[in-house]
Amino acid sequence: MEEIVSVNAKPIDVLQDEIIEEFSIFDGDRESTIFYIMELGQQLESLSDQYKTDEYIIKGCQSKVWLFSKMQNNRIFYMADSNTEITKGLISLLIRVLSGQKADDIIQTNLYFIEKIGMGQIIGAQRSNGLTAMIKQMKLYAMAFKSKIR
Amino acid sequence: MKAESNISKIDEIRKLFPILREKINGHKLIYFDNAATTQKPDMVIRVLDDYYRTYNSNIHRGIHYLAEKATAKFEETREATREFINAQETEQIIFTTGTTDSINLVASSWGRANLKQDDEVIISVMEHHSNIVPWQLICEEKGAKLQVIPVDEHGDLIIEAFEQLLSKKTKLVSIAHISNALGVINPVKEIIEKAHDVGAIVMLDGAQAAAHINIDVQNLDCDFYAFSGHKVYGPTGTGILYGKRDLLESMPPYRSGGEMISEVRLDKTTFNELPYKFEAGTPNIAGFIALKQALEFVDKIKSGELATKHEEMLLQYGTRALNKIPGLKIVGDSKNKIAVISFVIKGLHHYDLGLMLDTRGVALRTGHHCAQPLMKHFDIDGTTRASFAIYNTFEEIDYFVKQLSNLVNKWKK
Repeated sequence: MEEIVSVNAKPIDVLQDEIIEEFSIFDGDRESTIFYIMELGQQLESLSDQYKTDEYIIKGCQSKVWLFSKMQNNRIFYMADSNTEITKGLISLLIRVLSGQKADDIIQTNLYFIEKIGMGQIIGAQRSNGLTAMIKQMKLYAMAFKSKIR
Repeated sequence: MKAESNISKIDEIRKLFPILREKINGHKLIYFDNAATTQKPDMVIRVLDDYYRTYNSNIHRGIHYLAEKATAKFEETREATREFINAQETEQIIFTTGTTDSINLVASSWGRANLKQDDEVIISVMEHHSNIVPWQLICEEKGAKLQVIPVDEHGDLIIEAFEQLLSKKTKLVSIAHISNALGVINPVKEIIEKAHDVGAIVMLDGAQAAAHINIDVQNLDCDFYAFSGHKVYGPTGTGILYGKRDLLESMPPYRSGGEMISEVRLDKTTFNELPYKFEAGTPNIAGFIALKQALEFVDKIKSGELATKHEEMLLQYGTRALNKIPGLKIVGDSKNKIAVISFVIKGLHHYDLGLMLDTRGVALRTGHHCAQPLMKHFDIDGTTRASFAIYNTFEEIDYFVKQLSNLVNKWKK
């Protein structure tokens, strides 16, 4: 089992606002933003090969994306990986916001930061669909864990 | 080298394509995705516009002026297509929605009527999915076997392996005239002869060939030939299927409805003559009418081998320049290629690269190019593919290679 240590204390919206602030320095410059997302991707801790299987793959992404999740102390933790840097960067943003949060908060959250930083224009429609698929899968895991708590 | 090319003629040609004047992300558009679809010249766009503005009408059964005019124009394209591929008779030109549709027509109609248990169909590992899946489906339905010709490390078909696959059981061979993922030109004439020797018929997927090399179906002696209008500078949704007359005559209808019937009674329907028995429903009338302009354009650029020579030079020039980029490897370095360069760069995924290049106005394609078995053969999950057309220039390649180098260096830092 992967050891996940970071506990996210900040609320989701605070984290979203931090990302919006962070991306504002690019001032809509697409190339710089893409490079930055790719750098975030490089910094993402890779998932061990045992989770890079069909069981953990997210359908609906052009790139390969594997998502693993677990619950500790009523909080949900995510780890993920991809074969492309941009996708890894996008995942790292989602993990920053959602990992360590409570199931209900994850399920109910509106991830406004994606639109706010203009992600659709930056990564294009096809990859935006992939991003939507990732968010959906993260929320589905949260729902599954929630039903377990009951 | 550049001097040898007919630069002034290429400049004139570029002026015919309004989209080439577009700015993308603040940069001049560099369109290197021609294997996916080519851009459209003014005369094609004008005919589409003119049709809808002045003689839009349904064809073949109307008796009014507009219907007569639309029908005549529509049928003119059929004759132009016959000339374009040197078919024997106009009736052998079937209009479809595209190459995929043409292949599906043959697989469904000919395949269902002719394939039996234990028969064999041969394709190759380099085929586009649309020349794989229709055959898989019909073979599965009929209990026939699908055999696959392998390719070597250059991307060339291994002809000895093909010869070994051929037998009395072989009923049909369906092969790309030119590979979409790598641009490799297959030795189709040799393949056709060898297939005919065992009594098999041959279908050629000409989607990547029609805009770039001359097609003479009589000289090739192929039994079916398919290509798409949108890859020959024409409108999307226009496809061609050529077939030998006896084969087409013997085949049952593919789709049913209006146009394809001779007489409908509630107990029995008789079918229309060629080519109409395969053309149920209202076709892409505007598209086919405009296709004639596109075919005339291709004929012009093929004359004096203007296209062949220019595109060959683009290929050589681009290959040399790309090979200088550290970590870049061209996939499919066959000596027989059209101007398509598929490549991978160590440590940089093609999806990431495609998006990075897009920010600088370069449009090319990344991924498996609907040829997953071929990608598997090369043990990669995809490539970045630059595919050139008549309107591309050496300067565009310079810009592209410079941006590519720059992005790769920037990323590796």
